[in-house]
Amino acid sequence: MSPIPPIDPSPSRAAIFFAGWRAAWTSVFVLVLIGTFVGVGALAHEYGFSLSWVLLSTLLIWAAPAQVILLSALGAGATPLEAALAVGLSGVRLLPMVVSLLALIKQPDTRPRDLLLPAHLTAVSMWVEALRLVPTLPRAQRIGFCNGLGIAFMVAAHGGALLGFYLAASLPALLNAGLLFLTPMSFLISTTRNANLLADRLALGLGLVVGPLLAYERVSLDLLWTGIITGTCAYGVHRLREAWR
Amino acid sequence: MNGLAGLAPYFVLIAAGFLPNEVWRMLGIVVAHGLDEGSELVVWVRAVATGLLAGVVAKIILFPPGGLADVPLAVRLVAIAVGLLAFLAVRRSVFTGVLAGEAALIVGAYWFAG
Repeated sequence: MSPIPPIDPSPSRAAIFFAGWRAAWTSVFVLVLIGTFVGVGALAHEYGFSLSWVLLSTLLIWAAPAQVILLSALGAGATPLEAALAVGLSGVRLLPMVVSLLALIKQPDTRPRDLLLPAHLTAVSMWVEALRLVPTLPRAQRIGFCNGLGIAFMVAAHGGALLGFYLAASLPALLNAGLLFLTPMSFLISTTRNANLLADRLALGLGLVVGPLLAYERVSLDLLWTGIITGTCAYGVHRLREAWR
Repeated sequence: MNGLAGLAPYFVLIAAGFLPNEVWRMLGIVVAHGLDEGSELVVWVRAVATGLLAGVVAKIILFPPGGLADVPLAVRLVAIAVGLLAFLAVRRSVFTGVLAGEAALIVGAYWFAG
C-alpha cells in the first residue's frame, strides 16, 4: 500500500491515450460540454436537421459556436455562402489555439500527419485542459495524451447532442423552451467569462446590440458584418487606450 | 424544412461548416510557430469572433427557433439578464448562471402561459 502510485517509465501508447481519456472524464469541462451539446442537439432538432446531420457536424466541425452559427444561419434561411463566411470568421480563433498547443506537444522529429488529429481535436475545452495538464508530461507522451483527452470530450459531446435531440422531440413545450434557451444562456456566460481583455468585453457588448439590429434591418451577411464591425471597433478602442498610456 | 432532403444538407455541412472551420486548424499546423497569444492580430481576431458570437446569442434570444418563440420576449430578456447577473454575483460560476437563467425562463414562461 504505497501512497504514491508506481510511475511506469515507458508506458505503452494505449496507456498514454487512456491517461488523456481519464483526465477528460474527471474534468469539469465534460459537464459543460455535455450541457452545451444538449443545447446544440435541441437547436438542430428545432431547425429541422436530422440526428445524423448534427452528430456528423459535431465530428467534423467540433466547435459548438461554429455549429450554432451554421444551424441558426441555415435554419433562418441564409444561403450556404453566408453561413460559410460566418463560420469561417468564427473559426479564425482556432488558429492561435492550434499554434500554441502544437508548440507544446510536438518534437523536432514529429511527422506532420501525427499533428492532424490533435489539431482537429483542438476546441476551447480540449485546449484549456491540454494546456493545463500537458506541461507535466514528458514530451514524447503529449500527443497521445491530447488525442485521448480530445476524443473523450468528443464522445461526451456526441452523447449530449443525442440526448438534446431526443429531449427536444419528446419534452413538453415548457421544458423544450428551457432546452433551447441553454445555448444562448451558456454561450453568453462562457463568452463573458473568457472576455478578459477590454477589446473582448466591448465586442461582446456591441455584438449583443449590433447583431439583432443588422438582422432586423435584413442586412445581408449580417453575422459576418456584426463580427467585423464590433470586433474592429472594440480593437480600435483597445489601441487608442494603449496609445494614451 | 422542406428543402432539406437527401444528401444536400450533408454537402452544405461539409462546404459551409467543416471546410471554413477546419482550414484554420490546418493553417495552424502550417504556421506552427511565431504567432503569439498577445500579438495584435490575435487580439483583433478574438474581438471579431467574440462580437460575432454575441450577435448569434442576441439573435437566438430575439428571433428564437420553435418552442422558445412561444415564451414572451420580456421573459426571455429577463431570464438572460438573471442568468448573467447570477454568474457575475456567485463567484463567476458558469453552472450557477445557467441554472439561474433556466429557472427564470421556465418560471416566467409558466407564469405567463397561465
